[in-house]
Amino acid sequence: MSMSTTRTDQTIDFAAFRDPHVVRELIARIRNRVGERQINLMEVCGTHTMSIGRYGFRSVLPPGLKLLSGPGCPVCVTANRDIDHAIALARLDDVIVATFGDMMRVPGSTTSLAAEKAAGRDVRIVYSPLDVLDLARAHPDRQVVFISVGFETTTPAMAACLLEAADRASDNFSMFCANKMTPAALRAIAGDPETRIDGFILPGHVSTITGLSPYRFLVDEFGLPGVVTGFEPTDILEGVSLLVDMVAEGKPAIVNAYRRGVRTEGNPVARALVDQVFEPVDAVWRGLGTLPSSGLRIKPELSRYDAAVRFDVDTETTVEPAGCRCGDVLRGRITPEGCPLFDRICTPEHAVGPCMVSSEGSCAAYFRYRS
Amino acid sequence: MTDATVLMGHGSGGQMMKRLIDEIFLEAFDAPELHAGNDAGVGELPATGRIALSTDSFVVTPQFFPGGDIGRLAVCGTVNDVATSGAHVRYLSCGFILEEGYPLDDLRTIARSMAEAAREADVRIVTGDTKVVERGSADGVYINTTGVGEVPAGICLSAGACTPGDVILVSGTLGDHGIAIMSQREGLAFDTDIVSDAAPLNHLIAAVMQAAPRTRCFRDPTRGGLASTLNEFAEASRVAIEIDEDAVPVRPAVRGACEMLGYDPLQVANEGKMVAVVPEQEATAALEAMRRTRYGEQAAIIGRVRELDRGREPHVRVRTGWGATRILDMLVGEQLPRIC
Repeated sequence: MSMSTTRTDQTIDFAAFRDPHVVRELIARIRNRVGERQINLMEVCGTHTMSIGRYGFRSVLPPGLKLLSGPGCPVCVTANRDIDHAIALARLDDVIVATFGDMMRVPGSTTSLAAEKAAGRDVRIVYSPLDVLDLARAHPDRQVVFISVGFETTTPAMAACLLEAADRASDNFSMFCANKMTPAALRAIAGDPETRIDGFILPGHVSTITGLSPYRFLVDEFGLPGVVTGFEPTDILEGVSLLVDMVAEGKPAIVNAYRRGVRTEGNPVARALVDQVFEPVDAVWRGLGTLPSSGLRIKPELSRYDAAVRFDVDTETTVEPAGCRCGDVLRGRITPEGCPLFDRICTPEHAVGPCMVSSEGSCAAYFRYRS
Repeated sequence: MTDATVLMGHGSGGQMMKRLIDEIFLEAFDAPELHAGNDAGVGELPATGRIALSTDSFVVTPQFFPGGDIGRLAVCGTVNDVATSGAHVRYLSCGFILEEGYPLDDLRTIARSMAEAAREADVRIVTGDTKVVERGSADGVYINTTGVGEVPAGICLSAGACTPGDVILVSGTLGDHGIAIMSQREGLAFDTDIVSDAAPLNHLIAAVMQAAPRTRCFRDPTRGGLASTLNEFAEASRVAIEIDEDAVPVRPAVRGACEMLGYDPLQVANEGKMVAVVPEQEATAALEAMRRTRYGEQAAIIGRVRELDRGREPHVRVRTGWGATRILDMLVGEQLPRIC
């Protein structure tokens, strides 16, 4: 796909967004503004979680300002039952299961796709959903099932892939869809009495598709501010600074601080593509439970490409990992360090829950970038 | 040679094998020890009383990549490993495992590339072995090399010798090899000018030893990148190591590719870079010596060895341009499959 034409040496010059002087100034500004206040902000994008860790911001921001990591990693919010379902698909004879690398090691109730692969099942890592179509073409005698997870950013590519499959009249391709939509999760967290969030760092990539309007309810119904930000050090700090200002002044709004990437109206073409293929459905999120109209399923007229419809599988009884508090981490009720398993039983090498497995999971980010 | 590909007979021990060895390997390596045709290559080793020995196997895919191939890698990798002991690298062995059907033209290119790298490093390939396995039992060609060098009197380099106050140097930009390989991977190909840095660094090490004789240790940051090397140093010496993120040389194109792929350049593999730990008094001399060599022009001082605070385990930390710090861990599992 587009990667083959990407020239990595012609990307935006990052230096200006990483200028240490500007970063120091922004940190000082935030420190001043926070003062003695206690402010909890939540980022709901895994890439933000990783970036905040990598830039070491927690070690330089004032102690009263807490940055909590929300349900921003698509692998982490995937329900155990869906993982088990994917594993059951991988156990079918003559089936190749293809998925993104992060899904491989996520533990289901008793096993993982990686363990199934080692046991002889055919599980492949792909970098783009279109690779899966090539895989299907290369193996006409076998069924190729794509395990699809992702938020609004990745879903249009899944839709394009499925339409391409329909176009090619591909008989041996199907998709198990566990894709989800961000605003439903924001609503669940904003309305959670046990999670006291004062504002949201809104996802830069997701917003390129959704635009700003899906976030308005945060202000209208909950009186909470949100800022869409990019991923460079100055991007994130500018977002934090704007949020702290709005919290301090009690004037919540939804602000776009990532104008080089996000348009107010988002990307209607991509959304239309998604609407052509998928329809909203109630979905189970790890940690958040069932959220109405928060997931996507393949429309009935395309159900021949829906692996959940096409294959009748025995999914094992769902068992949640004992002691794992990924759910509370995803809601912002605790930070990863608040989980009794963190860094004791649960490490990236021996992960108990998905937040430690995925490279964008909160626990993995806290572990990797602890100071 | 009339065959176009490797056949099972090329591993038979008979005439086909002899022809393969004569026309591809002997032709390329051209060492008297090989021409002698004995089972063991016999070479001279000045009697300092100590030798350094290291072995490595190479299974990289693809076998040809921008900036090199598996042959160059197989020579440079082992030369560099032996050289990190401070030894003068003298001899190499090479063992080939060939998959039936592998194009002989490619094998010839690989052998010539090994010969070229060996010439550059001033080492001789003095013994070898060839096995052929059935199609599907290997991925084209695997190479094992073993290197022997003599350790000059009085030299005793060790990862456990890092002392608080010591200075950490790298010989050039990090992550080039890993990203060059990644850019060629099926399903992930992207256009880039980045080429592998595969290079023999024994001359660079000799130059540093000359300029900074009290150097504590060298290591080439291959798989796992700088992160693994520094964590190994910290662990072996029970110290903390602190590096300055902005001082670490990384090409903008490598940084960009890492952003795109979600990798940390400090954890990406190199095949032509050296990390050195030297006492503070010799740091400038070591840096200048590196910069005068062919593969060290972009050498830099990137950090220091620090005392371990009470109760803390050995670790590596990165200081950002705005004074924040974070731990730099070793890579947990697989990042780039089979890159060397």
